[in-house]
Amino acid sequence: MSAALSTAHSVVEPTVTAKRVAAAVVILYALISLVPLLWIFATGWKTPPDSISYPPKIVFNPSLEGYCNLFTTRTRQTSEYIQALGPPQGICDKVTRQREMVIAGPSNYMPRFVNSLIIAFGSTFLAVSLGVLSAYAFSRFKIPLADDLLFFILSTRMMPPIAVAIPIYLMYREVGLSDTALGMILLYTAVNVSLAVWLLKGFIDEIPREYEEAAMIDGYTRLQAFFKVVLPQAATGIAATGIFCLIFAWNEYAFAVLLTSGSAQTAPPFIPTIIGEGGMDWPAVGAGTTLFLIPILVFTVLLRKHLLRGITFGAVRK
Amino acid sequence: MASVDAISNRPAAHRGLRGLSDRAIAWLFIAPTMILLLAINIFPLFWTIYLSFTNYASNRPNRPVVNVGLRWYRDILNSPEVWAAMQATAHFVFWTIVLQTVIGFGLAYLIDRKFRGHALWTTIILIPMMLSPAVVGNFWKFLYQPQIGLFNHVISFFTGIPASSFEMLGSVALAPWAIVIVDTWMWTPYVMLICLAGLRSIPDYIYEAAEVDRASKWRQFWSITLPMALPFIMLAVLFRGIENFKMFDMVTLLTGGGPGSTTELASITLKRQAFEAYRTGYSSAFAIILFVAVFGLANIYVKALNRVKQR
Repeated sequence: MSAALSTAHSVVEPTVTAKRVAAAVVILYALISLVPLLWIFATGWKTPPDSISYPPKIVFNPSLEGYCNLFTTRTRQTSEYIQALGPPQGICDKVTRQREMVIAGPSNYMPRFVNSLIIAFGSTFLAVSLGVLSAYAFSRFKIPLADDLLFFILSTRMMPPIAVAIPIYLMYREVGLSDTALGMILLYTAVNVSLAVWLLKGFIDEIPREYEEAAMIDGYTRLQAFFKVVLPQAATGIAATGIFCLIFAWNEYAFAVLLTSGSAQTAPPFIPTIIGEGGMDWPAVGAGTTLFLIPILVFTVLLRKHLLRGITFGAVRK
Repeated sequence: MASVDAISNRPAAHRGLRGLSDRAIAWLFIAPTMILLLAINIFPLFWTIYLSFTNYASNRPNRPVVNVGLRWYRDILNSPEVWAAMQATAHFVFWTIVLQTVIGFGLAYLIDRKFRGHALWTTIILIPMMLSPAVVGNFWKFLYQPQIGLFNHVISFFTGIPASSFEMLGSVALAPWAIVIVDTWMWTPYVMLICLAGLRSIPDYIYEAAEVDRASKWRQFWSITLPMALPFIMLAVLFRGIENFKMFDMVTLLTGGGPGSTTELASITLKRQAFEAYRTGYSSAFAIILFVAVFGLANIYVKALNRVKQR
């Protein structure tokens, strides 16, 4: 509501003082809740000694060491060996040599990040495709036991992931899907499809039937009406649902850590295993975490209008 | 488009023959989802039920499988380890719900004062709940380090207690609260967002009528605001309750169930039994018990929720 439209004399409109107090408390909360995130972001730009200094350093000289360590593996060498090498190739080489080490090769972060992308986008595409078909059928046709089927679809989300993982682990071992991207895509699709059906049914319910009926009177078949009339109308809902599925698959840890170990491992199980010499390499963890979270921040901003619907499985709509 | 134009001149009866019937389309559209859920959710569920009556161990697949009847169910219900895990889970679920509901509702109430910029600050507050719980658990472990972590230093700055005198993750007394704090930090925005929808669903005219009747602001809050937002609050509690009953990722990364087994929640015990001790039969039985518990509690709760809605 813009200030010009709001009625100054309304008894419901909060007083100026009430608004100021509310604003102060909410902003304070928001800033405090951002501190952990800002801290991990800052840690990515510290050197390893700075990251574990006592007391913690708030002011520090930014360094690329965290990002360099994130993407490389290094081996310790004698200073004679390092001096015998030619001039350093690029900034990471230089930073590494200052620690009397040389870059041995790329780390596993990039492949894990790529796995996360493949599995998240693959499962989202499948879940939304299956979801939109089912949602349309539930929205438009009389289906026997529709409520029971919809509840069944939802109830598959109530199982603790570890409980689901036990038989999936055995099943995947039998059919050769263990530690494969395809196995993870199928699993995440199954988890996300329940959300997709529920959310998309809500979005499709909001599209007037008259649109399709008009199209069918004009000679479209039901399928043509679905693809050419309903799908374009539901585009926003489909996009919002897709982003929710992406976020779930991107963030998921329990299945990933139990069912993948190498070639199909995603970033969440990998990031906690980044260790340097003598313990966790916190700047590299900070760097890896920052890069991993950036897509989510973008999604949050894109989704802000549909968040409520997404997190309540469509139970609350604005 | 030419084919569409051609069809449009035909009588309606022929159209149904050309395309698929609505009934066929309905089943065609639903079938893929159902097949996937049957393969990835229902078939494994029945397999788990079957395994829970056997001595199967996933690291010894060639051992002859013997029916053990209800032995695992009896063992679980008599196991002090399981009851300790249930107690830890109950502590975690109860306190996270209490804190998140109180803080979340409070924030929603304040945001509903509609001060300038409230939409921007709401979006900023929402950020933690969008993050990966595992990654959150991992970096809070860093924040909680007694010597180098930020958390202890902030506490010591405000209270004067020396930063290295307490360990949030290493102490039996503090670790259960450490996981509650992180979960509250992460999920209060979730409760806030649902409460905000509840507050915004209350029409202005009810407050106007209350003003006419000279009801105090205090009275308005208890007689209008809270009862009318209650179904929304209960919905948020339901979702948080189910999620935290299943909690695994964040706590695993943060404490791994320690120190000792003070923060070993049900899902963590389940994971240890299934994937570290390889007691597949036993853990299957435990999984079934957990599922029945969540499902049963959620059903009872939904009934209560519907009663509140109808009032």
